[in-house]
Amino acid sequence: MFDTLSEKLEGVFKTLRGHGKLTEQNIKDSLKEVRRALLEADVNFKVVKQFVANVEAKASGQETLRSISPGEQVVKVVHDELIAVLGGQNAPIAFRSTPGKLLVCGLQGSGKTTLCAKIALHYKKKNARPLMVAADIYRPAAVKQLQVLGKQIDVPVFHVDKKPPQICEDAVEYARANNLHPVIFDTAGRLHIDTELMDELRNIKSKINPDEILLVADAMTGQDAVNVATQFNETLDLTGVVLTKLDGDARGGAALSIRQVTGKPLKLVSVGEKLSDLEVFYPERMASRILGMGDIVSLVEKAQETIDVKEAEKLEKKLRKDTLTLEDFYQQLQQLKKMGSLESILKMIPGVSSAIRDVQIDESSMKRVEAIILSMTPDERAKPTILNGSRRARIAAGSGTSVQEVNRLLRQFEQMQKMIKQMRGGKFNKKMMPGLFPG
Amino acid sequence: MGFSLKKLASGLLKTKENLVSKIKAAVGLHKKIDGALLDEIEEILISSDISVETSTAIIANLKEKVAQRGIDNSDEVFQLLRECLKDLFVDISTEPFFACNKKPYVIMIVGVNGTGKTTSIAKIARRFVNDGKKVTIAAADTFRAAAIDQLAIWADRVGCHLVKGQEGGDAAAVAYDSVQSAIARGDDVVIIDTAGRLHTKTNLMEELSKVKRVIKKAMPDAPHRTLLVLDGTTGQNALQQVEVFKKMLDIDGIIITKLDGTAKGGAVFSIVERYKLPVVLIGIGEQMDDLDEFKAHDFVEALFT
Repeated sequence: MFDTLSEKLEGVFKTLRGHGKLTEQNIKDSLKEVRRALLEADVNFKVVKQFVANVEAKASGQETLRSISPGEQVVKVVHDELIAVLGGQNAPIAFRSTPGKLLVCGLQGSGKTTLCAKIALHYKKKNARPLMVAADIYRPAAVKQLQVLGKQIDVPVFHVDKKPPQICEDAVEYARANNLHPVIFDTAGRLHIDTELMDELRNIKSKINPDEILLVADAMTGQDAVNVATQFNETLDLTGVVLTKLDGDARGGAALSIRQVTGKPLKLVSVGEKLSDLEVFYPERMASRILGMGDIVSLVEKAQETIDVKEAEKLEKKLRKDTLTLEDFYQQLQQLKKMGSLESILKMIPGVSSAIRDVQIDESSMKRVEAIILSMTPDERAKPTILNGSRRARIAAGSGTSVQEVNRLLRQFEQMQKMIKQMRGGKFNKKMMPGLFPG
Repeated sequence: MGFSLKKLASGLLKTKENLVSKIKAAVGLHKKIDGALLDEIEEILISSDISVETSTAIIANLKEKVAQRGIDNSDEVFQLLRECLKDLFVDISTEPFFACNKKPYVIMIVGVNGTGKTTSIAKIARRFVNDGKKVTIAAADTFRAAAIDQLAIWADRVGCHLVKGQEGGDAAAVAYDSVQSAIARGDDVVIIDTAGRLHTKTNLMEELSKVKRVIKKAMPDAPHRTLLVLDGTTGQNALQQVEVFKKMLDIDGIIITKLDGTAKGGAVFSIVERYKLPVVLIGIGEQMDDLDEFKAHDFVEALFT
């Protein structure tokens, strides 16, 4: 639905290429597009105004660079300015005391309860002993929800039948007595205009004196994000903001608005339904996302994190000797899978995100390929040539697929081997490895 | 039925203050209708979460009306804009929602996470129960932790039947059972809750269309309503949600919740302008009777008076 800002600006500057300087007029033209792009990304219009004024000041008079088009140059100024406003650097969660106390608040449906479990899991993985506190006594089954999540990640959940401030106070005692740290407080969703419930939050704060008070904001929030953030910040003096549901396709301009009006850092982002889908906030990535530019940094990092270097070297050696087996192919698939869904990986590549918006990626075809390979004996995986008709029929039955599908996979595999033979002449580039999967 | 104008006006107070008061102020500053005034109005529309596209379309319509009638006094812009907003709803179906002309009347509720599906269902069910109808609720959100418990508590409070499965179980099976058992019991209404899912998750969207297909096996013309629940505080992404849910599920109406909490109730206009989909219900508060039928005329009137 939205063109990226870069595409739009290309249009504006098509006729202007070759001019020596960014003139006042062509900056003005492009800033109109910048303004629109930011509005479409849900950045608050007041924030947009100020932001655009800053960009204008920075862009005017700049010499155009030979290597990039004027459009790209304006995008760069915008991008840099976005990064500057979004925070410059990331701000980690910090606990001043033991047990550390982290209070989570926000509107209804922003994703507080799930976030609590995600944060708890994060600390559990670091060998801490977190405690979650169920202080939402209003929404039916909210306590149960946290308890179920607690069971899933094996983290205790504290709840007593009292008012929320009292629950929280008791929880701190409980954590101290049982040597649990950090303590994560889940509170009820509330409207920022609901004075009674906002008072309750203030009360909780004064009872437990939290180290971190995080506002949870839905990345899809519109223009009103500013009012919400202002109210919560005035009531509680937040220490930071968490953006949720970033696995959707909202541009997340709310991030910019919230940051601008509260001055509080964005600390974490929540990027999926799995409880492990929690990431640190990076201003550069958010800036790219708001402008619809893809997120190549995240992609590279994900690849580095998940692709086992030793495995990769082993495979490279094999490829050089032309002994790629189906077993290797399977390992390769597993590496790719660790990076997330194929769709999420593709979305991070600049330019691809808009192109694949309507393309359906069939994740299950990958599963079928896996099933087929897993239904083979080690011998068969090493030497696919021995796969005669009856073996293929057995594999198809074993994997719940058809002989045709088995044949197709083998054909693709053969082609791949041929390709590798051709490549062996030149230099083999490690970075090409994720591409082995025949899309 | 629908809300009384008074109640609507108080629920939409923030939007009203944001949208209408600002336009009034802008009009006050300009004597004549000119480009600057129209630009300013367009900006005010956008700042109410009306999409950029729809705002442009509204302004175009406004310009046309100004030219046609040869108006140049800015005072009249206000009335014209009111007309323009009402114009958006002209071709939209206004079938009453609570009429319930099928038995059972099957309603499927879908939406992204956290928009208020479960709470809306409780409110809808209560309304039907108050009208003397027998209601079955299907807890087909088998994904979110304790979603079934949440709905069970509501079913108990409201006084209706609940059909549920196991957490992590097959949503389609729950939906199917609910329609079948409602037919067997002679219930009047079936409301099916589904797990929230982001519209970008293709496989989860596929699962929803499966739920819909399976419902048809229990009752061929069901579901009679497939409604998308949108969070009133959502910005421009609301349109993307409508687009994908419409494509995958052929939704035939929208419920917009939490309109009282936002000063930006503009999504209503964008959805109608772009997708010609009726907004069926709106939520303007946390009380049980704060969800009711949407009436375009009243909605615009409540904002402008």
